Amino acid sequence: MDMNFSPEDQAFRGEVRQFLKDRLPARLSEKVRLSRELTKDEIEEWHAVLNEKGWLAGNWPNEFGGAGWTAIQRHIFEEESALAHAPRVLPFGIAMLGPVLQKFGSKEQQDRFLPRILDGQDWWCQGYSEPGAGSDLATVKTTAVRDGDHYIVNGQKTWTTLGQHANWIFCLVRTDPAAKAQEGISFLLIDMTAPGITVRPIVLLDGTPEVNEVFFDDVRVPVENLVGEENKGWTYAKYLLTHERTNIAGVGFATAGLAALKRIARAQVANGRPLSENPLFAARMGEVEIDLMAMSTTNLRMLAQAAAGQAPGAESSMLKLKGTQIRQAINDLTRRAVGPWALAFPSEALEGANDDQPPGPAEAAGATRSYLNNRKLSIYGGSNEIQRGIIAKSLLGL
Amino acid sequence: MQFGFTDEQTMLGESLARTLERGSDAAALFELGVGAALLPEEAGGFGGTGPDILMVFRTLGRAGAVTPLLDSVLLGAGILAAAGETDLAEAASIGAARIAVGLDEPGQRYDGTVATRAAADRLTGEKSLVHGADQASHLIFRATDGLYLAEAGAEGLSMRGYALMDGGRAAEMTLRDVPARRIGDLALLDRPVAAAVLAVCADALGVMERATDLTADYLKTRKQFGRPIGSFQAIQHRMADLLTEIEQARSAVWNLAAHLDGPGRDRHVAATKSLVGRVARLVAEETVQLHGGIGMTEEYELAPLARRLLAADARFGDSDHHLERFIAVSAASAA
Repeated sequence: MDMNFSPEDQAFRGEVRQFLKDRLPARLSEKVRLSRELTKDEIEEWHAVLNEKGWLAGNWPNEFGGAGWTAIQRHIFEEESALAHAPRVLPFGIAMLGPVLQKFGSKEQQDRFLPRILDGQDWWCQGYSEPGAGSDLATVKTTAVRDGDHYIVNGQKTWTTLGQHANWIFCLVRTDPAAKAQEGISFLLIDMTAPGITVRPIVLLDGTPEVNEVFFDDVRVPVENLVGEENKGWTYAKYLLTHERTNIAGVGFATAGLAALKRIARAQVANGRPLSENPLFAARMGEVEIDLMAMSTTNLRMLAQAAAGQAPGAESSMLKLKGTQIRQAINDLTRRAVGPWALAFPSEALEGANDDQPPGPAEAAGATRSYLNNRKLSIYGGSNEIQRGIIAKSLLGL
Repeated sequence: MQFGFTDEQTMLGESLARTLERGSDAAALFELGVGAALLPEEAGGFGGTGPDILMVFRTLGRAGAVTPLLDSVLLGAGILAAAGETDLAEAASIGAARIAVGLDEPGQRYDGTVATRAAADRLTGEKSLVHGADQASHLIFRATDGLYLAEAGAEGLSMRGYALMDGGRAAEMTLRDVPARRIGDLALLDRPVAAAVLAVCADALGVMERATDLTADYLKTRKQFGRPIGSFQAIQHRMADLLTEIEQARSAVWNLAAHLDGPGRDRHVAATKSLVGRVARLVAEETVQLHGGIGMTEEYELAPLARRLLAADARFGDSDHHLERFIAVSAASAA
């Protein structure tokens, strides 16, 4: 039993910390700290800094231009980045599409698309969910019908995060309507600038247009944009979901969130004393911290197993479930810590369209926004109900 | 023992609901007499009891209506009536005057500590989260030594308005030697603030009822895995827990309505606000979760309802604040 990071990993942590200190612009970390929305340019700016260092794609092997980190190193990078309030690396190209192309894509596809993910020429979004296919993803209805050397795509995708900035979308489409649900699906890469594509923003609970609907009306997609084999898309989609989940628990986000909560609780005054010394509130913070300490270790135990070559089972569902519960609990306490100032809802202010300063402590508006926005954590990526089903099935097998 | 409304209260609730269904503005509500229903006869009204308040605000909550009734009438006119300022109270009750009440200050949470000072009928200080300030004709301010009345636009008064999570608006206000008239002691706040807490809780109850109606409809119609998602037992049990908690909230609201003008009011204010605040958060979170993605969207009716439930917890003290109040009040009355 050795719960310590190896000397190499500890040295790596030091290197990451120093890099963040040297290269993370305060302008960006301040916005992240206050939960303000980053612009497209700001996200791309940080991607470019990481890419210059060769650290944008920590999970990719060196041969594809990645850093080739171990699962432990990736965890360390994600944790240090969150603690430093660095913008998150967008998962769509790096964590989602990249590994699928590396495993199942053609040499031509790898050469064409992977470098453009790294250098920022392409911004990818995910075309999985549809209005009728949420938890039951295998019922996707968007069709791709072969017509010579093209597919003709018709249908609708939804919940495409940051699709408004994207120029490419990877989609699950139905290529064999006669086959059983999971068997007639293909994995298609679609140029968002192609004629027939319409993107419509969806404004969320927190007042921001973070997700979109994407409509396809007779969109012509060259057959060379098919990944792997026709009708095998479900296998690739599942690979994506099961193999790229080192950060599913969000330990770094939770740790940074808890530190922010403690700062706010120390500054807030309740009945003449710091809120952090209020027994009731201190107990609530203590409970969630104890939970986080245990969950961090669960996360490291899973990483150690993965490093030893064991495939993740129901544990990744447990990490998703507990990880999102803890993050939502921290968001809830943070909103409650700012007290009555959580009432203010100046969403335009957060988007920069309004010069008004929100009232109360600087973190107040962001606390409300993060709380509302992160209600999505227990819904997306396989809702927590779906995760509970997986966990129960792994034991009961019924 | 009888739990329920008088025929008059029921009729008022029904006509209010019909008026709101037509999408009416504040003027139509005042015309209906809803303002007067919130004040007692000695203040020119015809109601103002706990059940009157419960009926009106639950109906407003169910409709998701954003109105000046809580801040300008129940709280504003309520304080004015208690101070003997009956003319202005009556004007507010029919919508001819708009009152905003500045209780809280920057740097404080829910404990009501005040630094605003009066000297020779001039007020100086800062006020935070003054609800309805940018539509007010008159403002009531809590100062260290009592309550003061000022006119909107008075010299030395500046404000910065912003939107609120419940759909209303509030402002941060700075007072520099603002001319104001003392209208009474701080103790005049007790009953109007308790009534406002009842109103917030009754409003939240109406919102919870509407949110669960929407959720039940969705669970019956949304299909995944070939059947309505409401047919999954895991979902059914969560909905059952939710309905049971809302039944508790309903009883808590009745408890406060019944004790608003009797002994033990403070203890019931604390108990009801604590329980309703906790259940309101639960209902907001669970109804969004049970809907899935659609519950996160602004286009669907649930989003503003969820925010309104969270706002209910954050007004006049959250569930933890009132839990501590409940412990303190209970200990004091046992001693």
